[in-house]
Amino acid sequence: MNMQTDTGEFIAKKYEPKGPVVLDCHVKNIFYGDFRAVRDTTIPIEKNKVTGFIGPSGCGKSTVLRSMNRMNDLIDSFRFEGHIQYHKHDIYSKKVDAVIVRRYIGMVFQLPNPFSMSIYDNVAFGLRLNGYKGDEEEMVVKALKRAAIWNDVKDKLKNSGLSLSGGQQQRLCIARAIATEPDVLLMDEPCSALDPIATRQIEELMVELKQHYSVALVTHNMQQATRVADTTAFLGVDISQGGRTGYLVEMDETKKIFEDPQQLLTKQYVRGEFS
Amino acid sequence: MVYNPFKEASSDKTLSAPPSATDYLKDTVFRSFAYFCALSIVLLVAYIVFELGSQALPAIKTHGLGFITGTTWDTNEGVFGVLPEIWGTLYSSFLALLLGGFLGVAIAIFLTQGFVHAKFEMIFRTVIELLAAIPSVVYGLWGIYVLIPLIRPGAQWLHDTLGWFPLFGTDLSGPGLAPAALVLAIMILPTVAAISADAFRRIPYKVKEAAYGMGATKWEVILKVMLPTASSGILAGLVLGFGRALGETMALAMLIGNVNNISVSLFAPANTLASLLASTFPEAGQIEIQALMYAALVLLLITFIVNVAGLAVQQYTMRKFEGKK
Repeated sequence: MNMQTDTGEFIAKKYEPKGPVVLDCHVKNIFYGDFRAVRDTTIPIEKNKVTGFIGPSGCGKSTVLRSMNRMNDLIDSFRFEGHIQYHKHDIYSKKVDAVIVRRYIGMVFQLPNPFSMSIYDNVAFGLRLNGYKGDEEEMVVKALKRAAIWNDVKDKLKNSGLSLSGGQQQRLCIARAIATEPDVLLMDEPCSALDPIATRQIEELMVELKQHYSVALVTHNMQQATRVADTTAFLGVDISQGGRTGYLVEMDETKKIFEDPQQLLTKQYVRGEFS
Repeated sequence: MVYNPFKEASSDKTLSAPPSATDYLKDTVFRSFAYFCALSIVLLVAYIVFELGSQALPAIKTHGLGFITGTTWDTNEGVFGVLPEIWGTLYSSFLALLLGGFLGVAIAIFLTQGFVHAKFEMIFRTVIELLAAIPSVVYGLWGIYVLIPLIRPGAQWLHDTLGWFPLFGTDLSGPGLAPAALVLAIMILPTVAAISADAFRRIPYKVKEAAYGMGATKWEVILKVMLPTASSGILAGLVLGFGRALGETMALAMLIGNVNNISVSLFAPANTLASLLASTFPEAGQIEIQALMYAALVLLLITFIVNVAGLAVQQYTMRKFEGKK
């Protein structure tokens, strides 16, 4: 049986997580000004797992992801209704400062965005921000190695991060994000600018990262979701109300979503009948 | 006729056609015009330097490098030296750069980093740009009638209590370095602010996003990310502002005191090359005019060196921060 809102809008069946949940995301509505971008989307991010977000363009998967560390607060017209529980606290509670949220919940963006400073300083940025007292160099090297870029940059750590190629820049940004070992890592189509080899390395990194952290991954690439995601949320676009509002259609274990989806829309999407 | 090696590809099907002879002509004409404009600037500068040089030549022959190290300017004796003017020019411009540069960058940050609503930003910007439109003589008058009386008690107090400190070594008797540098600072502020603000606006949104995404506070974002990223643009603004301060004439001629004097004291009267030129020219005889041409050449040289040095620093920061070759 499908659930419905009072106005008859579809609500996805709740996914029951098997393990502990680190970030329990309940979106009622997300607005940009008058535009309702996302509605009724409940996605639990499980601890030590990779949660994949798939769906057609404009379904709001990035918006939901960016709400999870309050990145959307930078947009004036943004309005969030709902709650996101993180370690028993709602990150949207008035008492919680967005800056603190982002220290614990890191993010890798779709387009590479290194700072105009040296490669080393880029990776050390977060460590310095968080007042890290230990061996900074060791952490920087470790992060660069894990992000599969160490061999490319080990001889030119003093060069500007912007001197690297697009794919290298993205891996540098991943190194920067994981250097502080954030509890949760949000990745917004991190591989869209990468070649297949680098993509594979980043995918391996995600699988490795989930040993200690939790990862939420937005991807356009369904094969990527099947390769790395433990659970997958499929979001669709609702055009029934005149706008283009994204909503959760189905969430389940990745295998289930791709092999035995319960919703017709999911089935069509994973078969590649629309995108 | 336009040479087209791909004529065979033309069939009834394709609409592709080579550019016409007129298209090529327009291209050539426009390109030549652009070259001509660029070249004319270079020629103009070269002509000015040549003309100044040839008029200054007799003075250069007579005074040699002693002109630059000399400290007296005496028409009757025919002794000319511009060291006090060089000192006054550099010192007043440096003080103005320090103050105006700091305020200009601060204003640029205030305007571009989300401290004010877009509507008020427009108003602020217009007011600041208005500063650049005020004639220099008005600044001079304002300096004489408003600024000097205003800062005099403070200057007196500083001299009385901290007189041992070289910067406050003399008292402010009226015109002097401090009012001149303050007015200069206000005059270069719009240049620095406008160019720095543009440098901040040019930073892609994704950079700001990355900085906030790392969990940086607003001040950390501005100081640790935005400022280094904008640094080459800010430097360009500072160099332009400094150049403007070096050449500023009218307001300084009214405010600096026009006294051949080398002193680190902020309240001592001094002189600058530009104000020396402006105030001495009208009554100068032939020998003195040659010396003034020499002084103009020195000023030109100083401006040139400052610009080249500024450019070098800018290139260096670009390489360091942006990885550009």
